[in-house]
Amino acid sequence: MTTPLAQVAEQDGTAPVFLREKTILGLPASAWPKILMPLAVGLLSLGAWEMVVRINQIPPYILPGPILIATTMWLDWGTLSGSLWITLSISLAALAVAVVAGVALAILFAQSKWVELSFFPYAVILQVTPVVAIAPLIIIWVDNVQLSLLICAWIVAFFPILSNTTLGLNSADHNLLNLFQLYRASRFQTLLYLRLPAATPYFLAGLKISGGLSLIGAVVAEFVAGTGGSASGLAYRILESGYQLRIPRMFAALFMISISGIVIFLCLSFLSHLVLRRWHESALKREN
Amino acid sequence: MTAFANAAKLQERPATRPVVSCRGVAKVFSNGTLALQNVDLDIKHHQFVSLLGPSGCGKSTLLRLIAGLGEPSAGEIDWPADREGDAHALSFVFQEPTLMPWATAIKNVMLPLKIARMSADEARGRAADALRLVGLSAFENSYPRELSGGMKMRVSIARALVTRPQVLLMDEPFAALDEITRFKLNNDLLRLWQDSNFTVVFVTHSVFESVFLSERIVVMAARPGRIIEDIEVAAPYPRDNDYRTSPLYNEHCRSASAALESAMAHHAHHG
Repeated sequence: MTTPLAQVAEQDGTAPVFLREKTILGLPASAWPKILMPLAVGLLSLGAWEMVVRINQIPPYILPGPILIATTMWLDWGTLSGSLWITLSISLAALAVAVVAGVALAILFAQSKWVELSFFPYAVILQVTPVVAIAPLIIIWVDNVQLSLLICAWIVAFFPILSNTTLGLNSADHNLLNLFQLYRASRFQTLLYLRLPAATPYFLAGLKISGGLSLIGAVVAEFVAGTGGSASGLAYRILESGYQLRIPRMFAALFMISISGIVIFLCLSFLSHLVLRRWHESALKREN
Repeated sequence: MTAFANAAKLQERPATRPVVSCRGVAKVFSNGTLALQNVDLDIKHHQFVSLLGPSGCGKSTLLRLIAGLGEPSAGEIDWPADREGDAHALSFVFQEPTLMPWATAIKNVMLPLKIARMSADEARGRAADALRLVGLSAFENSYPRELSGGMKMRVSIARALVTRPQVLLMDEPFAALDEITRFKLNNDLLRLWQDSNFTVVFVTHSVFESVFLSERIVVMAARPGRIIEDIEVAAPYPRDNDYRTSPLYNEHCRSASAALESAMAHHAHHG
């Protein structure tokens, strides 16, 4: 990966010089501490946890050690992976719908201040109403359990994308807007060439928040739907294991939810980096 | 009467007909500030005019009105060459480079042509020509953040010239640059202006810059913003660094400074 820091003199015709950063195993040297340091902290914590459990002889139904949890995850992988797939597909579908609906609504808001003033408060109401409180209603109203879970996850994930994209669309540089006006750009051209690119960093920041929230929304909705439903996602496994006092399996499912959240976050961060690395301040590395 | 006026207009040679003509222009902002009062200004074809004045004298406001970014509260601004038919009769260079950070230099320069729905190939060719004019051919694919302040301003000028405008409006374009870069850009701007036939209206608060660049300096005073003097800078082009050190240059600087001082004094009396 190259860092295109143009080392240029104020001289005509000088070709730009790009500094190439040293890479280790395909990653820039500066990226390794970012990966290794948190990993070391994680491993040390897991080690300490295992020690505490062993030294105090804590029974597994109170607190299982990480090794037992890992073994359980391995042995129950058949059931757990199926549940993981269900939870993940609900989260990702909810995130996709949140992106489409959030961006479309933000574009609509950007067209008219009146539309924004009229509808934005309702988006806020949707956001501040706890999903646990409305999930039972949605589950009653919607026959299909999967669909009702998706709606709950969507409600949670949708607002950061709407709010950030709306802000981004209104944050285009004032002089650039004047320039578009001067060249008599149509509304559509201004949206396409100026407002949408200017909103991209804001949208991506919202997407990173929504990625985690869609997973939380899906899990919370599954909890509410409980064992009564036909759903069998990771939250259902946690409830089921709780009732059956299979605590290691409960932890295994919990771990899988956390890891999924981290993976979603990392993927979205990487996407954001790919899109912004050439131009945005947040992806810019400073030498001083 | 009107028919007669039109006939008279037709007989005039384009070179003597003003490109822009302001008649009794006033601007009142929504907070009640009188930004401009009774401004009369004719700008001839291929003239290099500077609007010089202290901050708050309405020079940028006047430039924006000429650009059509806002309507005058009174009076009218005429474009005898009929700007209405041609969105590209004028270009504007802001104090900041005002580039799109997500686009490369050449994409930034192509923007006005893209808005005009020119084919991508033709637009790319013309943008490459414009970048060559400002000496940035090697940086076509660089992003704005990879360029220095002076280079960003060059890209901004290339974007303004890519539409081959009749009038180039510049709002303190070099104010934020260091002196060495500013001198270099001053020289290059004069060269570009001499080699083509566009008119320049250049807003500045620097006496030296206005004397170096322009044929004519319109001095403005503040509160309310108005024109108080119209100075001719009778020095031949091409002007280069020798001109900067010549007695003639000093003399013009002295008279422009005196005019500016009286503009400030006007302000003090009124304030």
